[in-house]
Amino acid sequence: MAMPQTKDAPETATTEIAVSARNISKNYGDVEALRDLTLEFPRGQLTSLLGPSGCGKTTLLKIIAGLLEPTAGEVEVNGKTVTGPGPDRAFVFQDFALLPWASVLRNVAFGLELRGVAKSEREDKAAKYIADVGLAGFEASFPHELSGGMRQRVGLARALSVDAQVLLMDEPFSAVDEQTRRKFQEDLLALVQNENKTFLFVTHSIEEAVYVSDQIAILLPRPSRVSEIIRPSGFRDKGVDNIRRDPEYLDIVDQIWASLRNYVE
Amino acid sequence: MKLFGYRLPGMSSLIVWGLLWELVGQTGLTFFVPPLSEVLVTLFEVIGTPAFQKALSETAIAFFSGVFFAIVIGIPTGILMGKSRLLDELLLPWVNIFLSAPLTALVPVLMVLFGFGMKSIIITTTLFAIWIIILNSRAGVMQINRSLIEMARSFGASPMDAFFKIYVWAALPEILGGVRIGIIRAVKGVIIGQLLISIVGFGALFELYSANFLMAHFWAVLIVLFAMAFMISEIFAYLERRVSYYAAKR
Repeated sequence: MAMPQTKDAPETATTEIAVSARNISKNYGDVEALRDLTLEFPRGQLTSLLGPSGCGKTTLLKIIAGLLEPTAGEVEVNGKTVTGPGPDRAFVFQDFALLPWASVLRNVAFGLELRGVAKSEREDKAAKYIADVGLAGFEASFPHELSGGMRQRVGLARALSVDAQVLLMDEPFSAVDEQTRRKFQEDLLALVQNENKTFLFVTHSIEEAVYVSDQIAILLPRPSRVSEIIRPSGFRDKGVDNIRRDPEYLDIVDQIWASLRNYVE
Repeated sequence: MKLFGYRLPGMSSLIVWGLLWELVGQTGLTFFVPPLSEVLVTLFEVIGTPAFQKALSETAIAFFSGVFFAIVIGIPTGILMGKSRLLDELLLPWVNIFLSAPLTALVPVLMVLFGFGMKSIIITTTLFAIWIIILNSRAGVMQINRSLIEMARSFGASPMDAFFKIYVWAALPEILGGVRIGIIRAVKGVIIGQLLISIVGFGALFELYSANFLMAHFWAVLIVLFAMAFMISEIFAYLERRVSYYAAKR
């Protein structure tokens, strides 16, 4: 792949927009998964990709991650064209993707291990993030000894420990139970606030998207394009307990459902 | 298993079969089956003899070299076949043919190609063991969770990293199973090689004892061989159990 522009875009663009996807198309044989999709992700904020199943939201996320190559178009992260996976992005997987033969400590340190960080240094760092996600004391446990929610905390700690500016989360809470999911959503809000990172969050839950997002991109399927961008603004500072009662929250949930309901088969 | 309320230790059934053997032997029904007690006495006599120790070391060298090559070639080949569709299409028919082929029939060809020495015996041993190791490694890789591979890639794993830190470990339960079965087949291979190619090692002992109707000696060596094959396969069964905690949860 050609990488003609390594020059930084104008100053304002690099500070405001962390990730931009431009005119992305992706075909699988005859099937058009994405067509001419353009979307920008503001720095330090959480953007949700929301849509019915099969709308290509995970495909878009994996293209941004550099795991898939777009058929056309390009992705820029911090002004640099994406040609593959890079240290500026970290991925959180729907099915956790933990090494079942490795302890929690090694799993969390695995991203650093692949980057060649010395053992003692990476384990110190991993231990810190294990404590941050609330798993202190489980360093020596193995994934199969943990609940689904705890496993995803391991996946999250692994993504945080490599200190990437962009966190790509592919339906990270869909495989955990409802109560754990709510706790996760609250923790995620705190994380967005405290860490100066850009979050890209794929979900199929309308409520979840509205609850956690600064910006929601609604994708419609076959072929996928961005149909709408919604930016909830009024309830973010009212505290985690009040969001779900906020009229704006409820309105946005209804509005999104109204535009998606025709696409649910 | 429990009998009359007592818990029987593992492999208690061997006692029953051993007694039966002893009985049949004592009745003198056939020269082919001497009493087990006589076989065991012969066994301890034979073990100390230079002939036996020479046979043991010859067999061990051929066996372990053969198994070594089968593992060192078989595991990477199987993993690469599991990873690459092209390689798989190319090699799988051959692997399947050789897995089920009567390899003994190939031994004369090997003799023509590689001579009558140790080399041919080692190659025979490898040929007996390698195919199931390839197939199992391949199967192990093919069931790897795709997202583990994506995870490694997304964190910047080099192909070497992915190979040694993901593929080998994720496929390890199947690989160990393949190696265990391969080793059992290698025992067959080494003895067939020693009987057909050049009469050395245990093959020579079998030949010598059966030609001279020394049945007690014959059975003694066979018991030693069985016991060694069983032990090695049990070591791998133990290793397999060690990784079974994650085998079901990949």
